[in-house]
Amino acid sequence: MIELSLTQAIGYTIGGFLTLCIFSFLYKDNPLYKFAEHLFVGTSAAYWFVTFYHNIIRPNVINQFKEGNYWPIIPVILGIFMLFRLVPSLSVLSRMGIAFSVGVMAGYQIIRHLETNILRQMGATMQGFDKISFTAGNIGNAINTILILLVVIAGLVYFFFSVEHEGAVGGVAKFGMWMLMITFGATFGYTVMARISLLIGRVLYLKEQWWLSIKYLLGI
Amino acid sequence: MRKAVGVLLFLLLGTVLIYSSSDVSSLKVRDVPYDGGGKLVVSWNITAEEEVGNIKIFQKINGEDWKLYKSTNKLVDKMKDNSVNHKNSYKYKIEVYDKEGNLLFTKESKTITPGVAFYNVGKTAVLVSLLIIGGLIYYFISAARRGQKLKIRRIPALDSLDEAVGRATEMGKPVLFVPGILDVKNPQTIAGVLVLSEVAYKTANFGTDLNVPVSKPIVLSTANDTVKEAYMRAGRPDQFNDDMVHYVTNDQFGYVSHIDGYMVREKPAAVFMLGAFYAESLILAETGHSIGAIQVAGTAMPSQIPFFITTCDYVLIGEELYAASAYLSRKPDILGALKGQDYAKLLIMIAIIVGAIMTIIFPEFHFAEIFTDIG
Repeated sequence: MIELSLTQAIGYTIGGFLTLCIFSFLYKDNPLYKFAEHLFVGTSAAYWFVTFYHNIIRPNVINQFKEGNYWPIIPVILGIFMLFRLVPSLSVLSRMGIAFSVGVMAGYQIIRHLETNILRQMGATMQGFDKISFTAGNIGNAINTILILLVVIAGLVYFFFSVEHEGAVGGVAKFGMWMLMITFGATFGYTVMARISLLIGRVLYLKEQWWLSIKYLLGI
Repeated sequence: MRKAVGVLLFLLLGTVLIYSSSDVSSLKVRDVPYDGGGKLVVSWNITAEEEVGNIKIFQKINGEDWKLYKSTNKLVDKMKDNSVNHKNSYKYKIEVYDKEGNLLFTKESKTITPGVAFYNVGKTAVLVSLLIIGGLIYYFISAARRGQKLKIRRIPALDSLDEAVGRATEMGKPVLFVPGILDVKNPQTIAGVLVLSEVAYKTANFGTDLNVPVSKPIVLSTANDTVKEAYMRAGRPDQFNDDMVHYVTNDQFGYVSHIDGYMVREKPAAVFMLGAFYAESLILAETGHSIGAIQVAGTAMPSQIPFFITTCDYVLIGEELYAASAYLSRKPDILGALKGQDYAKLLIMIAIIVGAIMTIIFPEFHFAEIFTDIG
């Protein structure tokens, strides 16, 4: 049995009410959903504003300046440039911040992606071949290793844009597409199960916390 | 006096002999040279008169308490510790136990701080592949700029763009474009915004309303500039207004609830969802499907593609999203980059096949480690 305080009971009741407002969208758009939607958008926008201030501006700018570190002035200036969008004659300056941000991230991520998404995957595809053996007991692993190689090659052929998917290339690309679809099917099932568990969590919330809160507030 | 010196020499010799007899087992730690300061090699060689049951390896960081790092029963072995950082100092200890779990002896290593090299040899494979891929892209961009025709295969989902915008025009309803929920630093968002440019160009030509809700302030700025430029390119700057692209909220589900509400109220005839999506993909696509909109989606998020496939009319899978802007705009720079990446993929396929064959023929060379053992 959950022990409730008045504050908790009020909080759970509002939470349950808003959950039902959002669920009412399953029937059709209605004033309750509109109310919850606008409340959600408004409060979340405000919440993120406060979060950004406390997690980014205060530790990285204000506290740094207080400690005598003035290097953050550079990103601050780039950030202020973004606000120049409001001044038509200076709006071109706003692009500098975006260009800096995109350029730095592209340079930073290209190395990471090259290493993790290309080179390591290439190595992992080859790795099984050092122990490949078609003797009894190893045949399953051998087939698996060869299948991984074939699927990787077929997948790459599917995403090859320089030639039309016709003839032999088309056949390999089609095999790649089938493999992708099998993967997507498995992912779909897995993710749907995760979503169902979220729904169960929400229904349990309504059944336990929310219902208890209502009984508490009504004095039942 | 001579007696005293004799006794002293005897004690000294005895100590040395005792010390060396117990030092049959060894624990060594060494820094991996020419790396980024993130690797140490710990090796041990245990020789004990009793039968050894278990060996526990402990790690101490910056003189703090010992923490169990690994347990093993291998008497002679080495391990690479990739969890270290050049800003910390490390010390290792082994505890050797017999079969009954009684501690036989312990051994400690020297304290070591991983060194950082100017050039990380382990990353050579990354540098070489970066130069090859970069070189290919540069070559094809130059070729495209010189006017060389670069062919790209048909991407059916992108041929539907005209159909989708045309349908919205005929029905007199707006076009909705969702550029995902990540910031403009993410390549998927950039790809989405590049496609937005073409969609906006078409809505400008057809005189159709366009609505672009965004969840990140910097995407707001970028998408706004993109749409404005597209309307100017189409010769219809008068039709552009700043409200076409508008910020909603950074919150994932707040953003989704707004778009869902918009969809059921305004009933856009065409919905484009191109960018990075997470759990909101199915919520958005299912609502779009329920209002009967023609939906074109594209993302490189593997876990979200299945949801788009089940609910949308056309889907750009993974890299097709990045190819979309080249396919639509036919700009030499983007076409050249796509062509360069294509040839890089061809090299990757060849490298994988050759690597697999080499691994079968010469398994002792561990060919795959060139790609997996990156510093």
